[in-house]
This record gives sequence, structure tokens and C-alpha cells, in this order.
Amino acid sequence: MSALNLNSPYFAIRKLTKHFPIRKGFLKRKEGYVNAVDNISLEIEKGKTMGLVGESGCGKTTTAKMILHLEKPSSGEIIIEGNDTVDIKGEQLRKFRRNVQLIFQDPFSSLNPHRTIKQIIAEPFIIHEILKKRSDINDRLTQLLELVNLSPDCLKKYPHELSGGQRQRVGIARALALNPKILICDEPVSALDVSIRSQIINLLLDLQKRLNLTYLFISHDLSLVEHMSDQVAVMYLGKIVELLSAENFFDERLHPYTDALLSAVPMAKPGLKKNRIILSGDVPSPINPPSGCRFRTRCPIVEPICAENEPPFKKITTNHFVACHLRG
Amino acid sequence: MSINSMQEGSETNTPPLLQIKNLNTHFFTNAGVVRAVDGINLNVQKQEIFALVGESGCGKSITARSILRLIPKSGKIVSGSISLDGVNLLELEEKQMRKLRGSVISMVFQEPMSSLNPVYRIGNQIEEILLAHHKEMTKSARKDSVIEILELVGIPSPEQRIHNYPFELSGGMRQRVMIAMALVSGNPKLLIADEPTTALDVTIQAQILELIQDLVKNLGMSVILITHDLGVVAEIADRVAVMYAGSIVESALVSELFNKPLHPYTRGLIRSLPYGGKTGRKQPLYSIPGNVPNLLDLKPGCKFYDRCQYANEICLGNEPPLQEVETDHLVRCIRINDIKD
Repeated sequence: MSALNLNSPYFAIRKLTKHFPIRKGFLKRKEGYVNAVDNISLEIEKGKTMGLVGESGCGKTTTAKMILHLEKPSSGEIIIEGNDTVDIKGEQLRKFRRNVQLIFQDPFSSLNPHRTIKQIIAEPFIIHEILKKRSDINDRLTQLLELVNLSPDCLKKYPHELSGGQRQRVGIARALALNPKILICDEPVSALDVSIRSQIINLLLDLQKRLNLTYLFISHDLSLVEHMSDQVAVMYLGKIVELLSAENFFDERLHPYTDALLSAVPMAKPGLKKNRIILSGDVPSPINPPSGCRFRTRCPIVEPICAENEPPFKKITTNHFVACHLRG
Repeated sequence: MSINSMQEGSETNTPPLLQIKNLNTHFFTNAGVVRAVDGINLNVQKQEIFALVGESGCGKSITARSILRLIPKSGKIVSGSISLDGVNLLELEEKQMRKLRGSVISMVFQEPMSSLNPVYRIGNQIEEILLAHHKEMTKSARKDSVIEILELVGIPSPEQRIHNYPFELSGGMRQRVMIAMALVSGNPKLLIADEPTTALDVTIQAQILELIQDLVKNLGMSVILITHDLGVVAEIADRVAVMYAGSIVESALVSELFNKPLHPYTRGLIRSLPYGGKTGRKQPLYSIPGNVPNLLDLKPGCKFYDRCQYANEICLGNEPPLQEVETDHLVRCIRINDIKD
């Protein structure tokens, strides 16, 4: 499961980079770049979950968009089942879209309010012209609703008639409609209430087991990511600063940013004496990231070397990598 | 419920700062009457962070807005009393109430971007509060106190920042501006913070929570913290009340509530957290079955009946009373003796 394994991986990102040009003035000349995602590499085994954590603006969602072909990478490869998918077009792209689907964050804005649940879930079949007979579509719809534990009378309803949890189930049913192999979950439960959240998490875990799905699970909730994932990648300002197995996430983490993130998460255990590290300031602008280590402006253990060189992504064990001069 | 015993249970013998007795706030809609706040009793002590937790629609925000008497037009405070330092806020005239809002009782809202006016500089927006509450101040005195308050809430170089528009600030900075606005017209006795960190990143959330704790320590105010995040409660609150469908179902000191939750709903909430430690990784989490009941169509008896694994016919009679089971630990469940494990 190492990040640089050369055996053909199931799902891999290699040196993926996205720079958004900043255009200014009458001629819309390029005046610099926002380095949203900068040279990241990841590998996910079939049927496993990679958790991706970081603060807003760190490039998590841009990474997801590039994987989904919604944003063209500036450079790098996205390999799915051994093939690079960055430049595919036409029929290949249509096939690709069937295999890779997305679950959105907000179940309130991601469902069309003018359409019934039936129309929403059946739309992928119509677009991809997979099922044409009405009876086939109905059979598949019943199957999908069963999969996500919704009652069949939901089909005639409109999104506003459903609760947040039910709507998220509809979103999941729609994502599963075409039998995808990879699901990108972009903060799938952060808009839901606490008691509904665990229902959706259990559904995702159950579906993964039953359908052998591969997840990229994006969240800022570290405890949840630790619970859901097999491996966790921590992103900061467009770079992966630490990659390790979820099992060892709490005990063996090394990067000071991972420390700080973890200590900032409020834990529901009062009196828990933990070393609270409060990072000062905000995430720096990705237009002009700090030289050397990008985290050095907020790092509690910064040394002069951090400003000079960019820390290499060091291998600690076969499945633990960290980008820090001082740790590891 | 025993308000007297709650006072005895707290460490100080001073009367509570805020005392809410049997508050009912109802909404009159075309579909019927929604009892959004249904007979709430609570006390907030001086210099205490009191958390009100619950899921969306449970009435926590309406409780807070009832204190300020700022509820939407279709709603009405039907009965009850809210006394702050012995003054019943519900009996004050609107004019007197306006004097209290933003000076004695202040509120910090959830989304700093939509609560700030995008077309005014933040300095002017903070100054506006001084114009309303302290008409005697000169322009330069106002500017000085705006800069002072921005410094207090930890905004670097406030002299320059007052000229910024809200969009030029980050989310955390905007929330600091909101807190500055709540504090600028003199030290409030009560700060109501409605999901103050929900829209923020965890590292920024930690900064804001620390700021709120410092303010309580240094300015001696009390805070009502409304949140759905049990982690935030455990981290900074002193006492907590859990709300469900318009009622308080359990209230206790924070350590007591997390170590010994008694109401099935509270127990379910705490058990369903991924860091409960009881479930292994990738194992299903505990989840409370079903959904929050429709407030338009409440059955008699316990409101949690439909979702409760311990429910039984006796729960269907009257709504269970909020009883004190231990000092300062109140629970609204008649079957707690049967469900202790």
C-alpha cells in the first residue's frame, strides 16, 4: 500500500498538480498562479478507503474534482485500473464516469427541487442509455432504494418532503445507480445532524463491504476519518504533509500539522488533558506560499532550515510518509 | 422541576444571572401550532459557560432568541418568565428591551459572512453599535474604543483592519469581528453564542473557543453556547442542557453528563460518536433509529418514545417530568432506573 509502489495499482494519483492562473487587466494577462494542488501522489487499493483531511482551501476538493474529470490537471496522472484517465475523451470518458461517482456534501442543494426522487435517481440510466425498458428501470430503482434503506413511496416525493438524512440517502442511491467502482465522498455527513450522521456512516461502511467499493473520503472531522479509512492523507496548502495508516493515526503521527489538527478537534471527553496546540493565524495564501516548508509560518517547532529547503516526503515505514525536516 | 435545588447544587450561593421559568414559545402556522419551546426551565450562573445542545429544530436557537425577545413574527412567547439579575425581561417595554440588546445581553451569530453587512467597512459597523448605545461619545472616542475592542478579540493591527470590508477578512477574523460587536458597548452580562464556530475550520474553531473562554475569565460575563457539537461542549462548557423537540431532556455539569449520561437520547448521542472508543475502526457506529418527530404532530407522552429502545406503555401517558436524580443532574425520563447498566 506504499505511495510509490510500482506494481500496477488499482487507483493511483501520481504527481498531480493544479495551478489556476490569475488573470488581470484588459488583456487578461497571467499574473501568477494559485497552486491549489501541488505534486501529490496517492494510492488506494481496491475496496479500501483513503481519508483526506485538511483545512478549507488546502486542495482537498480540487483533488476530488480532478479525479472526477471536472477539472483538468496542470500535470500528473490519475490511474484507475492501470490506465491513465487524464486525457480520455468520448466513449472512454462516458465509461469512466460510470465507474467514478461523487457523493456531495449538502443534500439540500445537490438535489433538483423540481424533480421527483424517481426522476433524480433514474437520470443516470437515461443519460447513459443503460436501461431503456420502463420495467427494468423500476426494478433497478427498487433495488437501489433497498440498498440505501429508503421506502419505495419516496419515489413519488420531491426532495423538500424528505429529511436531511433521507436526502443524503437519495444522493447515495443516485451515485450508486450506475454500479460505480470508486466513490468520492466529499464531506458526506458534515451537513447532517449528529443522530443521523452515524446512520449514513454505517450505510457507507455497509455498502463498501457489500459492493467492494473504493472510497476517497474527504472530511475535516479527523475522528470520523480515522474511523472510516484504511489510510489517511493530511493535506496542507496543496501538499500532502503526512500519509499513514488510519490504525496508527492517533499514536504514530509525526508531522506537527497533524498534531495541531488533532489537538484542535474538540473531543467529547471532558477533563481529557491533552496537549492543546492552538495554531496562530490563518492558512497562508496559496498564491504566494511560504518558501521551504509551507507550514513553517504556523509551525510550533520551526527551525531556520524550514525556510530554506522544501522538506522531502520521507519514508518512515512502508506505509508511513512524512514531509518534515525535524520529525521522523 | 426544582429550581431551588439547582441553586443549592451550584457552588456559589449567589442567585443565578439568568433564570428562565416555564418558557413557552409557540409558532402559529397555517398547519397548526408548533410548540418550538415547550416549557423550558434553566438557570445560568454568573461567569459560567452554559451549553444548550440538540439537533436542528429542537428549539435551542428559539430559546436563545426568546431571551432577546427577537423571534420571528409568526412566533409568540406564550407564557413563562425570563429574569436577568431579577428583572423579568418579558415585562419590559420594547424601548427598554432595545437598550439591553447589544449592551447587557449580546448575541454572536453562526455565519459571520451573512451577519455582517458586505458594503460597510468593519470599523463603521462596530461603531454603529456605539452610536446606538452611547450617543454622548465623540467621533475620536468611538474610533478609539473600536480599535481597543478589536485588539481585545485578537485582531492584529486593528488600526488598518477597521478600514477593511468583511470580504477582505478570513472566516475566523470575521467571527472575531462579530464577537467584538457583541462586546463593544460595555461589558455584557450575558453573551449568547449561536453556533459560533460551526462554519469554521477546526484550527480556527480552537482559536475562537479559546477567545470565548478568555473573555469569560477576564470580563466576568456568562455565555449561553448553542451548539450541536458535543465535542465543543465537552471542551469549554461548565454546565449543559440537552434539548429534544422543544424540551430539555437532561441537564447536568459537563463532566457528569459525559461520564454518566442518563436519558436514552443523551446516551444515544454520546454513543454514536466515532471517538466513543467502544466501536472498532470500520465497525458500524451506534445510531439512534428514526428521525426527529414532527413538532406539528406530537403524540402525548415522552417525545422520544418512537426512537427509544427502552420505551414501554408507561412512557405514553403524560410527558415525563424533569426530575433531579442527583445534585444538579436533571433527567426527563421515567424509566431511568430500568435502563441503568
